[in-house]
Amino acid sequence: MTAANRYSTTAIALHWLVAMLIFATFPLGLYMVELPLSPGKLKLYSYHKWIGVTVFLLVAIRLGWRLTHRPPALPGDIAAWQRRASAVAHGLLYALMAVIPVSGWLMSSAKGFQTVWFGMLPLPDLVEKNRELGELLATVHQVLNYVLLALVILHVSAALKHHFIERRPFLQRMGLGRKERT
Amino acid sequence: MKLATFTLLAVLAAPAAHAVEYTTVLPKQSSVQFEFRQMGVPVKGGFKRFTTQMQFDPARPEAARASIEIDLGSIDAGSPEADDESAGKLWFNRSVYPKATFVSKEVRAFGNNRFELRGTLTLKGKPRDMVIPVSYAPGKNASTFDGSFVLKRLDFGIGEGMWADVGTVANEVQVRFRIAATGK
Repeated sequence: MTAANRYSTTAIALHWLVAMLIFATFPLGLYMVELPLSPGKLKLYSYHKWIGVTVFLLVAIRLGWRLTHRPPALPGDIAAWQRRASAVAHGLLYALMAVIPVSGWLMSSAKGFQTVWFGMLPLPDLVEKNRELGELLATVHQVLNYVLLALVILHVSAALKHHFIERRPFLQRMGLGRKERT
Repeated sequence: MKLATFTLLAVLAAPAAHAVEYTTVLPKQSSVQFEFRQMGVPVKGGFKRFTTQMQFDPARPEAARASIEIDLGSIDAGSPEADDESAGKLWFNRSVYPKATFVSKEVRAFGNNRFELRGTLTLKGKPRDMVIPVSYAPGKNASTFDGSFVLKRLDFGIGEGMWADVGTVANEVQVRFRIAATGK
């Protein structure tokens, strides 16, 4: 077993924690906007925002970790274009995970609702209440999320392809399955 | 010259010499706003249309009277969705109770331009006694009366049924108003 074929335990834990939160809050966002106004809807909106703020903070920690900890190298025989594509895709994933919560936060402010994390910690309103801006930011938030969805599908497909089709022990890199023996 | 100076002084002194009674309300400089908490988030709103009647003589504040009638259809409840929702039966039931009214019964003066307005606030057909602290600020063109109080929405049945859960929408609603008036 070589440690170099696997991300650090911290990186793995943060990866899956953020993945779970995104997999929860993305469909929650799609569901809640369709509901008629009710106390339940207000609760779901709050939960969605709280999760979004949490994702942002975890992604900030992840970026800090990533910049100070070298990820395991890709197997040497992976084509150069795939390495470049992987680097670009990972960069975009990080960027979107950081920008999407910010777009939601700004949208909420523009729609006149301050974001208060867990109902306790108020985030400042960086923009004033403004209906047009609120609708514009809602569209931005939505489009960015669909781009994220496409990238996540690419990310998961690539990992599965390397693992199952190319029969490389790829999922172990992110802590899935037995630790790789060499 | 002496006469002119005297006349000028007399003119300047005139408003102070006669007691001013404030009776003409300036709607554009007046406002009725509220703020409540929804999931811990402060939400601001207000009413755009209301009519106020008042008589206020700073020399005899205890004799003052005030009444206000608010058109609930002019609500800004924080979002278009909430504006629509507030008209329904669970909230204001606006088709039956289109207005909110406050009528003063008594004014107590504490000095220093501070007063207490006691009267009846009627919302959704429910009259409730309220005590509203008001401060008076004399101005050159118009004087202002600022008041602020907390009402409990459930005392008036505002937000019934599923909305009665105060964990989602707080029971306390902070109301702030400013009435600008000119005197005679």
